[in-house]
Amino acid sequence: MSRHVVAAVGEIAPGDRKLVTVRGRPIAIFNLGGEYFGLLNRCPHQGGPMCEGKTTGLVQASEPGKYLYSKADEVIRCPWHNWEFDIRTGQSYCEPDRNSVRAYPVEVTAGAALVEGPYVAETISVNVAERYLVVDV
Amino acid sequence: MTPLLAPGAIDCDIHPAVPNLAALLPYMDQPWREQVVVRGIDDLATIAYPANSPLTCRADWRPADKSVPASSLAQVRRDALDPFGTSIAIANCLYGVQALFSEDMAAAYATAVNRWMAAEWLDKEPRLRASIIVAAQGPELAVDEIERWAHDKRFVQVLLLVSGATPLGKRALWPIYRAAEKYGLAIGIHAGSAYHNPPTSVGWPTYYTEDYVSQAQAFQSQLTSMICEGVFNKFPNLKVVLLESGFTWLPAHLWRLTKFWRGLRMEIPWVDRAPADIVRSNVRLSLQPVDGPPDRDSLLRIFDHMQSDELILFSTDYPHWQFDGTAAIPDGLPADLVRKMTHDNPRATYARLLETVA
Repeated sequence: MSRHVVAAVGEIAPGDRKLVTVRGRPIAIFNLGGEYFGLLNRCPHQGGPMCEGKTTGLVQASEPGKYLYSKADEVIRCPWHNWEFDIRTGQSYCEPDRNSVRAYPVEVTAGAALVEGPYVAETISVNVAERYLVVDV
Repeated sequence: MTPLLAPGAIDCDIHPAVPNLAALLPYMDQPWREQVVVRGIDDLATIAYPANSPLTCRADWRPADKSVPASSLAQVRRDALDPFGTSIAIANCLYGVQALFSEDMAAAYATAVNRWMAAEWLDKEPRLRASIIVAAQGPELAVDEIERWAHDKRFVQVLLLVSGATPLGKRALWPIYRAAEKYGLAIGIHAGSAYHNPPTSVGWPTYYTEDYVSQAQAFQSQLTSMICEGVFNKFPNLKVVLLESGFTWLPAHLWRLTKFWRGLRMEIPWVDRAPADIVRSNVRLSLQPVDGPPDRDSLLRIFDHMQSDELILFSTDYPHWQFDGTAAIPDGLPADLVRKMTHDNPRATYARLLETVA
């Protein structure tokens, strides 16, 4: 495992996402209202690019016709076959016991701390006054 | 004669028949009894089983006197019960009640058929059980009919046709499912149509072959409807039995349904587990007709694909011509699977079979 700087905090607006590559792995970084989450950009079904999917809420039901809506914008649907995954955990909502997409923790770290290492920042130039998103891979 | 594979089997689908409308009249309430006579109403014979079609009755089971096949207890004992060593057989009477457009008239006929079944068959032959005939055209009247017979444990199921007026998952029909679950009755869905809609989803076919073969697609549509509309979420203890449906289509259909459910789950969020799992807990299918491949290994592969040996219930589909002699069970099935189909699975499906008959 190593820690990789993948973006400056201001780069991904709330509700937006950015595709990065870390140690050869394509990872989609999502901003949920100032919290950041990473998912492997490869759907466990057939490898669809999760980063290009729509975000939605979660629709569940207590019984037929009784809809429960939660997690607004916290669900990503694979653009290929519409499978739903929880952006926070990578858990799928179809057969959660069997399917999930690999999740990567994202940490917000001050540039001043980053320059002390050990971090890898091949493509991002770190400024001590900024804050950055760091992924553990 | 093929040797019996399963003495004491429970036959989950036989078809004792109404010999003629006159036989029902003593069991019919006024004003309908009078209406039948005054209007000159004929037998409610639909085209589901044309009288002279080979499928409708096996040649050696056709009565010599040209009477309606399976319409006397003596015939049923001789051809359907004794030769198979049957311990219990469930009578699913196919009479055209479901085709009537008048809800009241249909309900009156249904009541008459059930009274006739109780008096002419169940009272006389302890090996028989029966399905309650209801007219789903009027769900409230259907519930009344279920409640009329619920105390009589010889009725083990409520019978619907696979092609009625609407998809069977629709909430208008839920009172029927609520009553069935409450009284421990299975819902039997039998091949056949009310002919209120074309018997295929693409329009009226030309030939009987098309009509009969297409029933399998109707079963697929109804199974899909009941799962997607949430019938099994609302009534988790409900057992649904597909009768004369064939079963070789089931694995492929469930692969397809489960596949698209994964991507469209949010549209039917109450379906919170894979459709194949719902089928394994709530749905059963009768054995005959086995429209499977001719060789044993291919048939066993279909059982493997079903991922359960608890789904199939033994049936002869008497008097329909689905096999010869007593070869109702395909050759080469493992003994434990045969035992499950003929004994364990029917008992697990029809709770009332275990209850003492009063």
